[in-house]
Amino acid sequence: MIPELGHFALVLALLLAAAQAVLGLAGGARGRAELLRATGPAVAGQFIFVLVAFAALVVSFVNGDFSVEYVAANSNASLPLFYRITATWGGHEGSLLLWALCLAGWSLAVALCSRRLEPEFRARVLGLLGIIAVGFLLFLLTTSNPFARLWPAAADGRDLNPLLQDFALAIHPPLLYLGYVGFAVAFAFACAALLAGRLDAQWAKWTRPWTLAAWICLTLGIALGSWWAYYELGWGGWWFWDPVENASLMPWLAGTALIHSLAVTEKRGLFVNWTLLLAVAAFSLSLLGTFLVRSGVLISVHAFATDPARGLFILGFLAVVIGGALGLFAWRAPRAAAGGGFAVTSRESFLLFNNALLVVALALVLLGTLYPLFLDALELGKISVGPPYFEAVFLVPMLPLVLLLGLGMHAGWKRGGLAGNGPRLAWLGGAALLVAAVIAAAVYGGIRPLATLGLALGLWVMASALLVLLARRLSGARLPATIVGMSIAHFGLGLTTLGIAGVEAFQVERDTALAAGEGAELAGYEFRLIGLRHGLRGPNYVATEAEVAVMDGDRRLATLRPQKRVYDSGGNPMTEAGIAVGAARDLFAALGEDLGGGRWSLRLQYKPLIRGIWLGALLMALGGLIAAADRRYRREAGEGAR
Amino acid sequence: MKRIILLSLPIALFVVLVVFFYSGLQRDPSVIPSPLIGKPAPAFTLESLADPRAQVGSLDFRGRPYLLNVWATWCGGCYQEHAVLLSIARENRLPLVGLNWRDERGKAQRWLEELGNPYAAVAFDGDGRAAIDWGVYGAPETFLVSAAGVVLHKHIGPMTAEAWQRDFVPRLGQAEP
Amino acid sequence: MTPRHRRMVGVAAILAGVGAAALLARLAFEENLLYFFSPSQIAAGEAPVERKFRVGGLVTPGSVQRDPGSLTVRFVVTDNRHSIPVRYSGVLPDLFKEGKGVVANGRLDGQGGFVAEEVLAKHDENYMPPEVADSMHPPQPGGGGG
Repeated sequence: MIPELGHFALVLALLLAAAQAVLGLAGGARGRAELLRATGPAVAGQFIFVLVAFAALVVSFVNGDFSVEYVAANSNASLPLFYRITATWGGHEGSLLLWALCLAGWSLAVALCSRRLEPEFRARVLGLLGIIAVGFLLFLLTTSNPFARLWPAAADGRDLNPLLQDFALAIHPPLLYLGYVGFAVAFAFACAALLAGRLDAQWAKWTRPWTLAAWICLTLGIALGSWWAYYELGWGGWWFWDPVENASLMPWLAGTALIHSLAVTEKRGLFVNWTLLLAVAAFSLSLLGTFLVRSGVLISVHAFATDPARGLFILGFLAVVIGGALGLFAWRAPRAAAGGGFAVTSRESFLLFNNALLVVALALVLLGTLYPLFLDALELGKISVGPPYFEAVFLVPMLPLVLLLGLGMHAGWKRGGLAGNGPRLAWLGGAALLVAAVIAAAVYGGIRPLATLGLALGLWVMASALLVLLARRLSGARLPATIVGMSIAHFGLGLTTLGIAGVEAFQVERDTALAAGEGAELAGYEFRLIGLRHGLRGPNYVATEAEVAVMDGDRRLATLRPQKRVYDSGGNPMTEAGIAVGAARDLFAALGEDLGGGRWSLRLQYKPLIRGIWLGALLMALGGLIAAADRRYRREAGEGAR
Repeated sequence: MKRIILLSLPIALFVVLVVFFYSGLQRDPSVIPSPLIGKPAPAFTLESLADPRAQVGSLDFRGRPYLLNVWATWCGGCYQEHAVLLSIARENRLPLVGLNWRDERGKAQRWLEELGNPYAAVAFDGDGRAAIDWGVYGAPETFLVSAAGVVLHKHIGPMTAEAWQRDFVPRLGQAEP
Repeated sequence: MTPRHRRMVGVAAILAGVGAAALLARLAFEENLLYFFSPSQIAAGEAPVERKFRVGGLVTPGSVQRDPGSLTVRFVVTDNRHSIPVRYSGVLPDLFKEGKGVVANGRLDGQGGFVAEEVLAKHDENYMPPEVADSMHPPQPGGGGG
């Protein structure tokens, strides 16, 4: 009964989304008050019914209703309650429903928080969001119904993929989707501006907080995914340049470029067309990412072949949404005003470089991700574009980006110049390079050029970001939330850079074969296998656990307990790493297999500064949050409407 | 004018991309014929799933067309297609032979007890050797073998009622001795 | 800068960026692309002797051997027509199994074998990596895997 209720709610949500689209767009075009008034309730209704549908699916999972095909395929009676709930978005159908829920949630937020926007503009935005919702709900209902019944019902489910039975990964998709879908708001604002022909600074001011909110979610989602990959995939990598990861990185790069160019558009009324295009691109890449990953076309051609209807629907949807937006852009964008000029060393110039470099990085990632697909489709051979390609090409735009960032933060608008901070910055740059060289030489035993440069750039940006706050403090200038947020976010980027440079340049990894009592040396530490315990019972698995003592001389520094788990639902064993976390370095051990003769294979790793990567991402999100909460957006958004 | 061309560039690029993806979709990988088609079906003799002492082999079905279905309890698509297999079995046109691939015997037996058994016989291919002979890429896969022991068709992925009507039924005449 | 100048600088910057990126991508592609070869292609001498590449196929059941207590493992990768022995020293991924698809990065050892630097089995356990699936041959009558 409950699944049917959910299904029915989904149908109602589709009808309301269609009403939202029609009312909003017609209202926006005609300016009729009754149409404009009816749009809001349609949005609220759509949200409520999608929420009901989602709740119905969650309840089916909690109750273990294995007569629902999707539940049977992704859950299991022995699954702990928490994972039974998170299993709701563990597969294709449920994650699409989550997508739809995020979209409805953002739409509702727009409806509630922008009551003071011009009514026609607001109606257009909601109407455009309605179109996207119609596409998604139609896709769900026609090709991926999560409530489809299984007849006869299964006695027990197939279980959630054990890799997904983890806290970080349970909350990673919702954050990622909030980010992806959040760009839909920026997209709708951009299209509404194009429709209305209002291509000015006001539009950018309205869009900025929404874009920041989406970007924050996406940043956190990606960081969480990377952290999960590090400790759960078992082998200590933090980024694999996997197509699935690239699919989330590309909208992030576009979104990062967008929040920067929005700043220029808001402040100076410049780059209007470019900003519009980025807003369209960020959401298009989100859609592309969702569908490429969800359709499975990147992982296995088989996954796609089993259901070509899905592929066709996706393509049609992308063509309508993205094609429509780009067509609108080609039609309306030539009307945008050209705007004023600016000096070479001005903030505008730096932000222009920022955008150019981010887009180059985006293009290189896109190329590396799609190129093998193209070659394969054209039957020109099978290649794989691995991490070496991405690492090589990604650095090239990123190094100048981080270098210029340290200067750009201090550059003035329009006329340029470093606001008297030039000498201080020169000192800071020199100091960063020196400290980096000393760290590299003293701690990690060697000045390698690239590693030292990476460390120096990280320190440089961190110092420069602090200088922004300090200089304003000393001169008694006002310190608005946007500036504080910007400094914190950039400090975070510096920390992430530091972490990446540290771990990529100085990590040590070793595969060993150890028997109980034996030890292996790694980065000056001795990893000693104390013993193994078999048959350790977890809630739904049995594990073999190794006890590995990390010795610094005679002192026991840490004890690692890596596991090999076999889940009751069958399948391959899973590796659970043992990690000793530290601010300066992580010590890592993963248990391989029984080699015979009492020996087990172990992968041991020493990961310097790796925590900086995720801590930096957290600070970036925090900075975004502070900037988005600036009072100016609430106040001036209201004023603009009057 | 120059400006309009520049601003139309994104949509032009996008159209090219869409056309490309569309042509990619038309190239349905599941219709790429298996190298086995038109060739004699690989011979196999394996333990029966129901009884490890009994044997199931390709010779049991010599002179009769049959459907070989590769399945396993860990495979989601097999779950999906099971109802279709049951209805095909009820049509009673030809026997279904199950190849239980890389599975656990107890689980597979329980699966058939719970979901119903469409198979005339099930061979237990625990280490996957027979599946390699058949060129199995993944489960589920379904092969149509003629009375002369020749593979006539291979279906990759879950069997559907449409696929059965479209790809298998028209070939049944050809499959008879 | 005047708007006209600004536009020219903007266009120049974009062109320079795109040009540099294209050049870079080409260089990086040439150095870092890994081509995929099946055991049959290797047997036919198509695989490079000097360069690193990827080989993929099925792990022949019963072929996995290791010296007790050592990290070195040997197994045979087959596409049902030809096979190649692979040697690897290190921890195998969780999804590595006899009879299942596998992809290994490495190079030829000059004596008919392949030395893997990395063994990948990071894919859905139900299906093979697509490039392996596409390169498989029908089994030889009476031969092949069994």
